[in-house]
Amino acid sequence: MITFTDVTKVYPDGTIAVGGLSLTAPTGRITVLVGPSGCGKTTSLRMINRMIEPTSGSIAIDGRDTATLNATELRRGIGYVIQSGGLFPHRTILDNIATVPLLLGWDKRRARATALDLLERMGLDPALARRYPNQLSGGQQQRVGVARALAADPPVMLMDEPFSAVDPQVRDQLQDEFLRLQAELGKTIVFVTHDIDEAVKLGDQIAVLRVGGTLAQLASPDRLLADPADDFVADFLGRDRGYRGLAFAPAPALPLRREPTVLLGSTADAARAAAAGETWLLVVDAAGAPVGWVEPDRLAGVVTASDLHRGGTVARVGGSLRAALDAALSAPSRRGVLVDESGRLAGTVRAHEVLEAIEREGPGGP
Amino acid sequence: MNLLLEYLGDPAHWTGADGLLRRIAEHLLYTAITLAIAALIAIPLGLWIGHTGRGRVVVVNIVNGVRSVPTLGLLFLAVLLLGPRLPGDIAFLAPSIFVLVVLAIPPLLAGAYAGVDEVDPQARDAARGMGMSPWQVLVRVEIPCALPLLFGGLRSAALQVVATATIAAAVSVGGLGRLLIDGQAVRDYGQMATGAVIVGVLALLVDALLALVQGLVVSPGLKPVPALRTRRPNAQHPEPAPQAG
Repeated sequence: MITFTDVTKVYPDGTIAVGGLSLTAPTGRITVLVGPSGCGKTTSLRMINRMIEPTSGSIAIDGRDTATLNATELRRGIGYVIQSGGLFPHRTILDNIATVPLLLGWDKRRARATALDLLERMGLDPALARRYPNQLSGGQQQRVGVARALAADPPVMLMDEPFSAVDPQVRDQLQDEFLRLQAELGKTIVFVTHDIDEAVKLGDQIAVLRVGGTLAQLASPDRLLADPADDFVADFLGRDRGYRGLAFAPAPALPLRREPTVLLGSTADAARAAAAGETWLLVVDAAGAPVGWVEPDRLAGVVTASDLHRGGTVARVGGSLRAALDAALSAPSRRGVLVDESGRLAGTVRAHEVLEAIEREGPGGP
Repeated sequence: MNLLLEYLGDPAHWTGADGLLRRIAEHLLYTAITLAIAALIAIPLGLWIGHTGRGRVVVVNIVNGVRSVPTLGLLFLAVLLLGPRLPGDIAFLAPSIFVLVVLAIPPLLAGAYAGVDEVDPQARDAARGMGMSPWQVLVRVEIPCALPLLFGGLRSAALQVVATATIAAAVSVGGLGRLLIDGQAVRDYGQMATGAVIVGVLALLVDALLALVQGLVVSPGLKPVPALRTRRPNAQHPEPAPQAG
């Protein structure tokens, strides 16, 4: 647990970066600090490992005031990940990851074995171990940055916009991997971002800071979206809050309909027969997984992959209402495709049925 | 060209108390002493300025200031001031070395300073944030990363010193400058040409040697990215390909 008690940071020129911040980052959870630039989120993060010293107030980790600890020893016990990785260009990937274990005086073999283990755990090819950072892509470098922070297995991790320097697709993938890893490791994480969507996706709790470094609201993502404390928070959260809030509402039992399907590679006649007059027909593969929609009337010959309309998203049974609604809205047939755990077609649902479920359950909107 | 080959072809010119071999050895000795002294002064100073960020003005002023000093004038001044206070040969050698050291300091200082100053601030921040002490940051991150520029400074200093060490002969010390001065005195153009060419060859050899050392000492990670940078798709852990369309 990390506790900020009335922490301020005032720079010599009088700029107030952080103005009386009090909050608690619970053990084993991800606390996201988010806000516009100049809100002191990075300053607050860097005060935890004393890269910046607070002007007043105190920060305690598990009850121990960090000001009473030796700064370098404190930092060795805290994982630290920064924006563009900050890898050491002159060291191999393996030695980069082994940095903190070596600083702690582990013997080389153990440090390297741990580093190699982490490399694989982060989904990186062990062949990268002997490469240098400039030979890696941005996404790979960022994974190495996270692996390096985890090497000595610190209970606390500080992450300063770790995924903002990579392209959106890689970012999404890194975020998913990060959540998967956190589910296994259960670190106490303080995460800084300026991207509210990232905050909502990753945070167990979100601290929205306003310029001048004061806390505007501290809440779980669904509470934040459902009930912003004031206009500033509401503005910062942006549009579509109601819709985005559905992401946190687990879908209740939706009325699944059986959907006629045709196997990829079937003849046009078989497709027309299965469609029974409907404009759109769902195509599945041999494993029963939905692959796309076709218009049987336009088919000639057999159903091939190039005939497929792939616009529809696919939701999981028991997933969020947002995913189910999006599946219905995005399908050309307006029938949202739901799949089971193994990815096989479970049935379809219509948008109004999802909306009725929302009305019934009520995600607790404003 | 013929005069040069004639001079080099005569074995008598190579050996003996004022033979070529001895002159080359003297020349290299002066160069080595000079570089060692200059490095001891300039490199720690440059590293310190780069590490702390304090005293950048000093670097700029020294580098620019020294550039405008006339080397030969400084040499005679040094002989006049230092000479009478020193015994024997040292009276002329010390001022020569002094002048060469003054010449070698700016590139070494600039190289060491720029090398540390240009270390990726993120790498430095990460080093500190992971719990390295200031000394560890300097020794484990900043100096290794500064090596390419540091070697650049050293090589440029070495080139200048090898070329300029000829002026030691102007105050009757040894080195390859003797061939130029003595040759001119007796209008032996073969000897003068030989002196000039050997200085040039020596400069190239010293540079090649330092380049070799640089190649061994500098981390491969700091060298320009090889052309194989184009990522091969990795079957096991594919990076997502950019979406078509």
